[in-house]
Amino acid sequence: MSSAATIVSLPDQATARLPKRSYLNNEQGLLSWLLTGDHKRIAILYLISITFFFFIGGAFAGLIRLELLTPQPDLVAADTYNKFFTMHGIIMVFLFLVPSVPATIGNFLIPIMVGAKDLAFPKINLLSWYLYVVGGILILAALVLGGVDTGWTFTTPLSTHYLNTHVITAAMAIFVAGFSSIFTGLNFIVTIHRMRCPGMTWFRLPLFVWSNYAASLLMVLGTPVLAITLTLVLLERVFSIGVFDPTKGGDPLLFQHLFWFYSHPAVYIMILPGMGVISETISTFSRKRVFGYTAVAFSSVAIALFGFFVWAHHMFIMGISNYSALVFSLLTMLVAVPSAIKVFNWAFTMQKGSITFETPMLYSFGFLGLFTIGGLTGVFLASLGMDIHLTETYFIVAHFHFVMVGGMLMAFLAGIHFWWPKMTGRMYPESLSKLAAVTTFIGFILTFMPQFILGYLGMPRRYHAYPPEYQVLNVLSTAGATVLGVGYMLPLLYLGWSLKYGAIAGNNPWQATGLEWQIQSPPLTENFIETPIMDHEAYDYEWLEHKTKNEVTTVG
Amino acid sequence: MGISSVLWQFLIKWLHNSALFPAEASTIAPYMDELYFFLVAISLVGLVLVTFLILYFSVRYRRDKHPVATQIEGSTILEATWTIIPLGLFLIVFVWGGLLYFRIYNPPPNSMNIYIVGKQWMWKAEHPGGQHEIDALHIPVGQPIQLTMISQDVFHSFSIPDFRVKREVIPGRYSTVWFQATEPGTYHLFCTQYCGTQHAGMIGEVTAMTPADYKKWLDESTSGMSLAQNGERLFASMGCNACHNGTAAARGPNLAGVYGSKLTLTDGSQVVVNDAYLRDAILSPSQHVTAGFSPIMPTYQGQISEDGLIDLVEYIKQLQSNYRIQQTFVTADSNQAAPTTPAVGTNQESVKP
Repeated sequence: MSSAATIVSLPDQATARLPKRSYLNNEQGLLSWLLTGDHKRIAILYLISITFFFFIGGAFAGLIRLELLTPQPDLVAADTYNKFFTMHGIIMVFLFLVPSVPATIGNFLIPIMVGAKDLAFPKINLLSWYLYVVGGILILAALVLGGVDTGWTFTTPLSTHYLNTHVITAAMAIFVAGFSSIFTGLNFIVTIHRMRCPGMTWFRLPLFVWSNYAASLLMVLGTPVLAITLTLVLLERVFSIGVFDPTKGGDPLLFQHLFWFYSHPAVYIMILPGMGVISETISTFSRKRVFGYTAVAFSSVAIALFGFFVWAHHMFIMGISNYSALVFSLLTMLVAVPSAIKVFNWAFTMQKGSITFETPMLYSFGFLGLFTIGGLTGVFLASLGMDIHLTETYFIVAHFHFVMVGGMLMAFLAGIHFWWPKMTGRMYPESLSKLAAVTTFIGFILTFMPQFILGYLGMPRRYHAYPPEYQVLNVLSTAGATVLGVGYMLPLLYLGWSLKYGAIAGNNPWQATGLEWQIQSPPLTENFIETPIMDHEAYDYEWLEHKTKNEVTTVG
Repeated sequence: MGISSVLWQFLIKWLHNSALFPAEASTIAPYMDELYFFLVAISLVGLVLVTFLILYFSVRYRRDKHPVATQIEGSTILEATWTIIPLGLFLIVFVWGGLLYFRIYNPPPNSMNIYIVGKQWMWKAEHPGGQHEIDALHIPVGQPIQLTMISQDVFHSFSIPDFRVKREVIPGRYSTVWFQATEPGTYHLFCTQYCGTQHAGMIGEVTAMTPADYKKWLDESTSGMSLAQNGERLFASMGCNACHNGTAAARGPNLAGVYGSKLTLTDGSQVVVNDAYLRDAILSPSQHVTAGFSPIMPTYQGQISEDGLIDLVEYIKQLQSNYRIQQTFVTADSNQAAPTTPAVGTNQESVKP
């Protein structure tokens, strides 16, 4: 590969050393990590814990696919299978996707991107990690004690009156983990409002900050509703208070309304920060400012705003009135528009750029392709009549995996690779990681494309056994899941390897414009030696070039 | 749809034989598939467009070819384009989907009603003629069928993919769906809402038959008592006839011909009497008091099964005169007046079959 095909500029490896002092070696010992208030260390704590839970959730996904290899219910009993998909859903949604980008990459970068020393409330930030851990331990307890089989949606009255599994433990876990997410959101909002450095106006913020801001609004406003709903489920289960029980005059549909009032915005909590990552990577590897900065920034806010008014599209077949279904369908169509705007803005960011294809860019391409499919199949489901046939089948499973895994996980991996040099001071191995990106993409398509077809054929979700005519497509899907598993194991291995053996990255290996790239890697505990002054727009590559020129003269 | 019907038939047959596409076995299915193909088409166009842009820019503006990027702020015209065109397409899909939704969830007036009761983990179908089926549903082709469904326990969902219909079956309220089968054959019936351990076992078969075969099946499988007849027996044994007998002195409203009429309640609100209203009025009468009557009816919550409620509803639906009620009432009355009758409590217990 010629040198023109890459922008990676590393310091001379013979002389380069990691900085003597950084947030990583500022203090030593386990306690210094467990009691830290440093947003960067908390981000690393989060990164380790969510990776742990990602692989547990992934193992359940593997077991689900293995059972579905054959139409007969032959690998595990029905109850066990139900516990598998419940654990897979709960762990992936509440312990991986919701905190994935905000709590790790966001935690690490938002203070640096706005030019601050830390988040507004460092101790609350640490508390939010502990709450996450308590939630995680409760989930593991529920798992070890015998599991829970409500599905991640906790549908009443099934969850309140008909199951004898550890519903209470699992609901408590999500209740507690919810507060972790509320605190993170709160911290971000206050930090972004109050702690921007001089010159950092709202429209000079990187788009990553905008999208995390939008997601934080959703976390703070939506998660309390989930907490209330789960509390009601607990009260109903323990004391039979009858809010959701029709025989006591309660309304089971009320639960659906409350649950989806959080859980639909929750999918935007999951995807918005990922969109922020993509804005950063595509700009960096095209050497070009994001096309239509304002449109991308405001589309994040629009998604957050509209996202609160579409929840009943999960209930089109549940007997809500036909006219309210119409309203929710229309609003759902509207929320799809900002996503379309973003996709085209990202594509046009590349126009007349100077494009290179490092791993984060490959993951971002993967995101664009898969998210486009995920978004467009969402329009199928938003369309009232079509939803009748497609909902509750594998079509919907494929749709949200395209958005959540194809979109969010791809964005997460893009972000992890992109900021890995900043977080650790070392580069990951480039060719191996490119292989991982391509493997993930192929594995993903193979796993979830057949599920769209299965869905239109009518195969219901959460089925332990299925009619034999669906087997071929299920075998393809399981085969794809194997490839996907390899694609996810690879980064775990080589990123671990790179911690010790990776090339020294230097301050700005990508020649990117963000404030985080102008400081040492890994950063100092206090991030900046002196308060930075923002005197240029975000993504100003001419400013960067000018600055680099000056730097060269000073060093020379 | 601009495509000729012959070509359409050919396409559907070919797709179905490839095992990648479900059979089109109801009148709704072709409408659903039209919308589906339209959505697939716009998705493909969108996906191809995005892929093309990425590939084209990647090749045209790669660093080797284009070492210095040209900074562009954005373009209002372009951005307006990719806001308005998707919005327009989505609105078309919205209207189209809305029309289809209303078509699927508004049954035609001449449809034949079958009751479905869902419970962990089986489907019970109850035909008006008293035929009962478990995990099976026999229906005639060419006749609109309306299903009135209720769950005895948790949420279930009644789905026949080859008919492209599905509806949640909810505890505590009736939900309805309708379809008209076009091709005789057997089709999958699934429960698509997760309902506990044997969720995947809550499946059955829908058998669509020619009207002649259907009639034969009806005659062979009858239990001898229609739903309304069962309902009449329940009506008497629960003592409903004591008040709802249509006489001038009756303490309950007259039920003959009440189905489909408009009632004014004591709180002044107006309701149309349908299946759901009748069921609710039996279970929680205090909230459904007809104007001019006192709230004296006791609740029957927990005393009648969903099947029993269906029988009663079906009975009241068909009740056109109070003649038979008054007959049973008079007979019951004279029995009680008989001097040799033992204590009332024991009598009632022994009367129960």
